Amino acid sequence: MDVDLMIRVFPYFAEAAWTTVQISVLALALGLVMAALGSAARLSRWAGLRFLGTAYVSLFRGTPCLIQLFVLYFGGPQIGINLDPFVAGVIGLGVNIGAYMTESIRGAILAVARGQVEAARSLGIGRRQTMAHVVLPQAARLMIRPLGVNAVALIKGSALVSAISLVELTYTAQRYIGSTYKPFEMFAIAALFYMVVIYGALRLIAWLDRRYAID
Amino acid sequence: MEGLDFSVVPPYAGLLLQGVIWTTVLTIAASAVSFAGGIALALAVMYGPWFLRYPVRLFAWLFMGTPLLLQLFLIYFGLVQIGIDIPALVAGIIGLGLHFAVYNADIIRAGLAAVDPGQNEGARSLGLSRFQSFRHIIVPQAVHSVMPPIGNNLIALLKESALVSVIGVAELVHTAQLAISETYRPFEFYIVAAALYYILNLILEAGLRRLERRVEATR
Repeated sequence: MDVDLMIRVFPYFAEAAWTTVQISVLALALGLVMAALGSAARLSRWAGLRFLGTAYVSLFRGTPCLIQLFVLYFGGPQIGINLDPFVAGVIGLGVNIGAYMTESIRGAILAVARGQVEAARSLGIGRRQTMAHVVLPQAARLMIRPLGVNAVALIKGSALVSAISLVELTYTAQRYIGSTYKPFEMFAIAALFYMVVIYGALRLIAWLDRRYAID
Repeated sequence: MEGLDFSVVPPYAGLLLQGVIWTTVLTIAASAVSFAGGIALALAVMYGPWFLRYPVRLFAWLFMGTPLLLQLFLIYFGLVQIGIDIPALVAGIIGLGLHFAVYNADIIRAGLAAVDPGQNEGARSLGLSRFQSFRHIIVPQAVHSVMPPIGNNLIALLKESALVSVIGVAELVHTAQLAISETYRPFEFYIVAAALYYILNLILEAGLRRLERRVEATR
């Protein structure tokens, strides 16, 4: 192990880790928006919307995220969509994780006891208000853990955007391997940073869970 | 805007089919590794001696905390540095297999632990040996709870096998890229590759559902 070299390149990896954090946070935000829309569509009264929601989940969960990124980034220009790697990465990862999160949110909503809805409805509370004031507050707490699992998967999945030349942790490791011929050392630093970021995310999720979850 | 023209695809049907075949081979081989590895890791953590348990935990922790892509790079490009040069296909199978073995081990461990301890005590007091009790009483009950999540991992493995293209295995993504390098038509070929993955995924899901029903019937 060439420790001197590892110390020398450390700051560059720290910078790249920050990019990984940024792209993960933005993709997570987009994923949550997509998932809110997706689960609303899947639970809708209208068959057309339900179909759209189901198609979204099925298509994006049924194909590799890598291909989705490639279609967007390399295929996009062919239909007039030119995105820089960062934007393409956020959109690709966000829309992909949104499909998984749709199912997490839908599952949490369906897990709220049916009697809660019936009770609210029989008290004369409207359908929309039942959702907003009775079901969602309870479901939100059930969502924390499954959405947390999705978020951690997203951080690890963000390594894929190195394949569309976005300079994050994995790409930085590859770049320094090209100039140093020390793959072991470079991958070890990148892995270390991923574990720090993921450990941070896990702590945050555990904290949210302790604070809000009902058990 | 150039417009899309899927007529560029048929001449490459043979090449893409080859990609589908290698993706299938890769998925099956890596699944086997992930399953066997998962059992071994679960048993090591549950029943192994301490000097085995801690390395296994460390191993699991490393594999769960880092991206699969990085693990594949490390196995393929990193091991060369210490004199271990393995072919890309083997590196892909090992990487995918070990990655999912760690996740499978977690599921198998939880499934075995979830079987009521009274079942084991009952079997032992009826005169079954430790191994017989494990083999005939515990495992068959654990299989029911373990199958659906392992199935999910297999589905994930099929999709993640796309990553192996980055170390140059001629699977589906890689063959699509070869076709793109000749035609300059990324959109069409990536869409077709996505569709082929989708079909493979549907086949795998249908197979898993049948298997689950069969196991359920033996309950």
